[in-house]
Amino acid sequence: MRTWYGRSGFAALVTLIIVYSLFPFYWVFKSSMESSAALNQPTSSLLPNQWTWTHYQAIFAVANFLRPLLNSMFVAAAATLISVIVGAMAAYGLARMPIWGKTLILGFILLVSFFPQIAMVGPLFLVFRHLHWLNTYQSLIIPYLILAMPITIWILTAFFSQIPIDIEEAAMMDGASIPATILKVFFPIAMPGIFTAAILGFLLSWNDFLFALSFIHSPSMQTVPLALVNFRNAYYVHYGQIYAGVVVASLPIALVVLFLQRRIEAGLTAGSVKG
Amino acid sequence: MATKVASRPTPAPVPSPRRRLSYTTSRIIVGYLLVTPALLILAMISLYPLIYNLVLSTRYDVLTQPGTQHFLGLANYRQILTDVNFWADMLRTGFFMVVSVGLEFVVGLILALVVNQKFKARGLVRASILIPWAIPTAVAALLWRMFFDTRSGFVDFALQALHLPGANLVWFNSPTLAWVPIILSDMWKNTPFIALLLLAGLQTIPQEIYESARIDGANAWQAFRRLTMPLLRPAIMVALIFRTLSALLVFDAVYVLTGGGPGQSTEVVAYYDWYKYLVDLNFGAGAAVAVIITIVALVLAALYVRLLRQRGGFMS
Repeated sequence: MRTWYGRSGFAALVTLIIVYSLFPFYWVFKSSMESSAALNQPTSSLLPNQWTWTHYQAIFAVANFLRPLLNSMFVAAAATLISVIVGAMAAYGLARMPIWGKTLILGFILLVSFFPQIAMVGPLFLVFRHLHWLNTYQSLIIPYLILAMPITIWILTAFFSQIPIDIEEAAMMDGASIPATILKVFFPIAMPGIFTAAILGFLLSWNDFLFALSFIHSPSMQTVPLALVNFRNAYYVHYGQIYAGVVVASLPIALVVLFLQRRIEAGLTAGSVKG
Repeated sequence: MATKVASRPTPAPVPSPRRRLSYTTSRIIVGYLLVTPALLILAMISLYPLIYNLVLSTRYDVLTQPGTQHFLGLANYRQILTDVNFWADMLRTGFFMVVSVGLEFVVGLILALVVNQKFKARGLVRASILIPWAIPTAVAALLWRMFFDTRSGFVDFALQALHLPGANLVWFNSPTLAWVPIILSDMWKNTPFIALLLLAGLQTIPQEIYESARIDGANAWQAFRRLTMPLLRPAIMVALIFRTLSALLVFDAVYVLTGGGPGQSTEVVAYYDWYKYLVDLNFGAGAAVAVIITIVALVLAALYVRLLRQRGGFMS
């Protein structure tokens, strides 16, 4: 690091890392602006032959990509909301209340997050089929709870434990009831942690493919990953539309990661519960 | 009981101190009330399928043949454990676990060591490392499928531009080469997570010990071998177990990139299970495979929980 070759070697390494992480995104963007004719020929340049927005128009006008976007957002948001409410309650109990068996409970929650998703597919399929719940939002929201809730509880238990208990004790001394203390005093301080848990819960639900593939068969109920993969499985592969769809679906997520990077990192390492 | 209560004179509204719950007792009760919903939900979605699988795995239950369900005992297990395809898939899954986790660990360690340095563009690099992690696994796999496409992909283009061999290969037609996009897509998506855990581990190492090592005459490599690696051990173990477990269950990337093909050359055990369940609709056999996978996963998980407890923190 102190010599010129050390410095330039390090700079080369940093460049390589950025290219490794981000070049695929550039390629997706470049291809999404390319005409279908150019996409069907061997690539010849790092820039599009001619810039075109046709694929973006096509995914909304022809392929109705808005529907999977809304589906994905709705199921991920619903699972996140339930996870955060139920998870915050549990985390408060674990971090603050003098209950017996905390280690056991946290261990169980961790074990649950290790439970193989593939092993849940069969039983849940039979249950949902029996209830006529295949192709419904609840057939996704329910399994997504198992993706989002364990990490929520872990992050929040860790976060809540770090908030000094004096603040709540002072409020109770002043005569506030337990619910009033939790809602008016504790909650505002805990907001950043809850926000972190919510982002991670949302991303983990958004990431799912296996459950959607197994429980959703009607095109109108598809989530984003399922819809994109099915663009490809169609009798004709609409490369341009897949690329445009990936850009539309990934841009908001990439921005979230860019702006909330610290929070996400803190959440993932505090929980270290799920990849 | 009800009449007994009714016949009693109504107690005075002033509660006696003996009947009121103590502060601690009420906090314990509230604590359990707060924890119960989460535990119930998690148990319903995970333990119930586990028990359901155990029952199903002892039965003949094929969805396309209604009315033929019956008890089989351990026949499903016997059939799977003697199936050559199952063992071939286990072997491939093992191969994938070793290769992908190994590569991801090496690259993740390099990423973590670089980002742990202080330099100008550090924030940008940290963010750009994390972005691939936020892309859904199936979408990442779809992208790598197209990157390896002979027409619109960049892999052939790049190999040609750099005058490297392999530009005209049809990757997905070869039983061995078809693994390359699977492993690359898995690496691109998951290395950030390993890097993140290792970075967190690196940041707990106090800088002073490197100072004193330098004064004692240790060079950078010796400091890395003798100080960084041993101190990073807990973080390394956590990262490795996590990734090993998710590599054991790899499904999305294989389904999207190759569908297990060509032939069955990239088929993994989770794919085998999914196929039994939702293509063959043989839920008895599917459940038996699921039970086997669950046992392997829970052994790994138990290892992990033990590790966390040794490491301390609020778990212990």
